[in-house]
This record gives sequence, structure tokens and C-alpha cells, in this order.
Amino acid sequence: MPSDIAVEADGLVKSFKDTKALKGVSFQVPRGTVLGVLGPNGAGKTTAVRILATLLRPDAGRAIVAGHDVVKHPSEVRKRVGLTGQYASVDEELTGRENLVMIGELLNMRPSIAKGRAAELLDWFDLSEAADKMAKNYSGGMRRRLDLAASLTGHPEIVFLDEPTTGLDPAKREDMWDVVRDIVARGTSVLLTTQYLEEADALADDIVVINHGEVIAHDTAERLKRVVGSQTLRVRPAEPDTGDAVRAILADVATDGAQVDQPRNGEFSVPVRGDAALADVVGRLRAASIEVTELSLMLPSLDEVFFTLTGERNRTAPGASDATEEVDA
Amino acid sequence: MTTAGATHEVAVIPHGPTDVLRHSWVLAKRSLVKTWRTPEGLIDVTLSPIMFTLLFAYIFGGAISGSVQDYLPLLVTGIIGQNIAFASVGIGIQLNADMEKGIFDRFRSLPISRIAPLFGAVLGDVVRYVLLISIMVGTGYALGFRVGTDIWHFLGGVVLAIIFALSLAWGPMLIGLLARSQRAVQGIVFMTLFPLTFASNAFVPTESMPDWLAAFANANPLSHLVQALRALWNDPALGTVAANDGQWQSPVAWTLLWCAIFVAVFAPLAIRAYNRKA
Repeated sequence: MPSDIAVEADGLVKSFKDTKALKGVSFQVPRGTVLGVLGPNGAGKTTAVRILATLLRPDAGRAIVAGHDVVKHPSEVRKRVGLTGQYASVDEELTGRENLVMIGELLNMRPSIAKGRAAELLDWFDLSEAADKMAKNYSGGMRRRLDLAASLTGHPEIVFLDEPTTGLDPAKREDMWDVVRDIVARGTSVLLTTQYLEEADALADDIVVINHGEVIAHDTAERLKRVVGSQTLRVRPAEPDTGDAVRAILADVATDGAQVDQPRNGEFSVPVRGDAALADVVGRLRAASIEVTELSLMLPSLDEVFFTLTGERNRTAPGASDATEEVDA
Repeated sequence: MTTAGATHEVAVIPHGPTDVLRHSWVLAKRSLVKTWRTPEGLIDVTLSPIMFTLLFAYIFGGAISGSVQDYLPLLVTGIIGQNIAFASVGIGIQLNADMEKGIFDRFRSLPISRIAPLFGAVLGDVVRYVLLISIMVGTGYALGFRVGTDIWHFLGGVVLAIIFALSLAWGPMLIGLLARSQRAVQGIVFMTLFPLTFASNAFVPTESMPDWLAAFANANPLSHLVQALRALWNDPALGTVAANDGQWQSPVAWTLLWCAIFVAVFAPLAIRAYNRKA
């Protein structure tokens, strides 16, 4: 039956041997929107997705996906969802086209329809040229796109994307984001897990932050960023005796009269709001003829989200350059 | 068109009881395409049995039967039995790889029967076993082996061997689903298969074994298959070689009983393991 809620998780609990992967996780995905599930490795993101995609049964709690209970009517759910795992689950020894035709036929499409749908998806995902090459010869980005195409074969109402860009380089990540936006524009509801605040910010209408199997925040990206705080501007003057002048410039652009931190290794840092501060500082430094060896604007990291939300440094949270993979299932 | 959402404008075949068969066939086609594309994956059903035949014929032939020629009727059927058992490790490894690479997750997220991926894998293996038997009989013929009965008995033997192979395959499939690596699958399956193949009548008459081993060898499912093949293929006039004067009904019945036992025990366990796998 049609409802305004595409996905509803209600108190999901799941344990594996002695680890409690989920300790009562609840959230909703309104129809036609994107929910970003943000969390570090081992937070329980993948476990939640696997329960919603009917691959795992919850120990307790309830989940309604596309109007059907995942435990009571899994095959009704499966008819209406697409799943893209963080490990691209395509058959490497088949070509891209064969993979998609196979999925189509498994979805009961007539062979000619399955072929047509495969061609359509290959075209959409820029894979037409490589369509008849074996998937093992695809690059990481192509494989992700093929995997995503496979999960869209049956025109699902809801798509689960489990860390769709983990391990992709930044340019490929942006491509993937465009594809996700495209899917959403066609009316599909999306549940996306990610380790990157930036990604959730770029794609999600709402963000759920989970850690150690619990939801620790559920908010819009905007508000979450406001909670987390501002960006940090860092400047390292070339000459130590220009330090006071640098400090004065930074104090001027600081958010709401925030203090300039004591220099660490000769580096000053100050919280700022917006990119304009960066240009402002560059201009003033030049006007004052102060040379700097380092100048950078840091976005709030996932680490800072957790620091703000939990008050504890989350040691498992990955840094920006870290592309470790989640192994929580 | 690529409109998504609640409207399913997909020309689909309505879901029904034939789904399982159709989905299994789609997945069997997948195995066949892969077999076709990586022929080196067929070494275990082509070159290895030829090598075993040549080695065994010239090493054991004289000692066991007095001459290579006299050993061939025993050996060809024995090697088919042995290699059917050995070739079954392939399906376990394949399933393990599918699981590791996340392809099974894809299948499990689709509205298809949970049996289809397993049944499809078994179905796709038929080609391997047909190839194996053809090559073995061909090699036998080149060395001087002859089917002493008629074409119907011969084909009956081929069908029986394939049924046996497909039933036995559920064991390695279960191991493939439970083991944590492909190497482990190989180790566990071969550890079980070596006693099964050698403590049997495949290469030597069981009368030469100590009593306790002969008892095991005579009850061994593989012995029943090999015995059935000998009875179906060999000229009853050969007497001692066929050892049962062309009476094939009893070994065939025993072989089919074992097939039923394999499927009854391992298929439900394999399906359960497949469903449970996180």
C-alpha cells in the first residue's frame, strides 16, 4: 500500500556472537528522499542495511520497507528494493551486459526486455563501450557503476547504497554522487551509508549518525553542521617574528570573536565560518607583506562530528585520506 | 523508459511455480558461459583423468590384472568414479568464491527462490561431467577398452554416473558454503574424497584388502557406482572382471539409494547454510 514512508526501522537489534552490532536503531526514510547513515567502521551501518534488504534477520525490532515487513514478507520487499554493497557484487567473469541481462531475467523480465533494459542502463552509466568486456577488466569506478546499474535493473522504489564511494578517488566519487542525484531525481528513495560527512552533506536530505550500534543524532545536514561547528583556518608564518601580525589578522576573521589558538609548531589556527574568510586572510596577509609557508581551510571531519556529539574522540573514525573498509557484518 | 517508482512498467513474466526452474536455468547459463570462457577450469575433467588413466594403467595394470589390457575394464570405470568425486570439489570452490565476492548477496536480495543459485550451479555442472565421461571412455577406447554390452546399457551407465555426480555435489557445496576460504574447501573436500576413492573397488579388487577395510570399501557409495558401471558396460563373458555376471540391477539400485541419501542429507543443510550466511 502506498505510504509516505519508504523505509521505517523501529528498534532494530542484532548481535553476532559476543558483539552487539545494533542496540535498538530506529529511523525513517520519507518517500523520494535520501537518508544518509553516517558512522565509522563497525558502527553497525552495514548490518542495518543488510537487515533492511532482507539479507539478515533482526534479533528484535521491526522494519517496514516499501510497505512490507522485512521478516514477514521478505520476497515482497525484494521485489521493490535494489542493493549495492560496498564490495561490488558483480560477476567478474561475465561481461557488464551479461551481468545486467542475468539480473533482468532473474527479475522475470522476458529475455528481449532484459536485453533492452541492460542496454539502457549501460548507456546511462557510461558503460556502453565496455559493455562486452569482462567485468574483471573494469576499473574500480566502472565496477561500482555496474553494481549500481544491477541494483536498478528492476526499477526499484528504494535503493540501498552501502558505502558507494569507499575506496574511490575524489573525482570518481563526484561522478558517483551525480549518479545518485540522478536516481533520486527519478523518484527513487535512497538509503545511503557513508563514512564521510562530506558525502552525506552532498547527497542526503536527512542524516542519521550511528556509533557502536546506536543512533546518536538524527538531523538535517545543515543543522548537523551547525552543531559540529565551523571550519578551521590554519596559517603558518614563514618568519616567527610576524606571528603577532598573523594572530591579529586571524582574530579579525574568527567566528564570533573566537580565540586564536596558541601556535603549535609555529602554526596558528582559528575557527571561521565560510570560504570568504580564506580569501580575506590571503588579501590581508599580502597587504601586510607577510609570507606564509602553510595556509589551509579544514572542513569539519567525521572525527569532529563524533567529538561534538559524543564528547569522546572516536579512534576508529577514519581520516580524510583513510579508505579502510568496514567489516562489521 | 527509465522511470522508477511505484509504477512497474516492466514486461515481466508473472511469478509462479515455474520460477524456480527458470531462475535455476538462468543461473546455470551463467556457469556455462564461465566454463566456456575459462576452458582451463576444465583441466580437472579432461587432462587430469587422462593422466590418471595412463599412470594407473601402466603402473598398476601388470600387478593387479596381469596386463594393461586386462586391467582396462576395471580401470576405466574406476577412474570415472574417482574423477567424478574429485571434480565435485570445483562446485564447492565456485560457491565459496561467489560468496566471498558478494555475488550471493546480490542473488539473495532478488525475489528469487533461495534454492535457485544452488540448483543452477549443479545444473551448470552437467556439462563438465558429460565431458569427463566422454573423455574417459575415449581414452579407454584408444588404449583398447571396449563396451561389451549395448548402447542402451552404455547410456544408462552415463546417466547413472551423472546423477551420482550431481547428488554427490551437494556435499562439497555445503563445505563451500561453510568454509572460510577456497583453500579450506579444497583441503576439506579432498581429505574426505581420498579415502572414499581409494578405499573402494575403483582400482583394486576389495578381496585383497583387510576385512575391516573391505567392509568399508564394499559399502562405499563410490564402489556401488563403479560396480554398476562395470555391470552395465563390461561384457559379462569377461567374468572375473565384471565380477557380477552382468547383474546390474542391484548395484544400480544401491547407487541410486546413495544418491537419494546424499541429496536428502546435504541439500537441506546446504540450503540452510546458504540462507543463514551473513
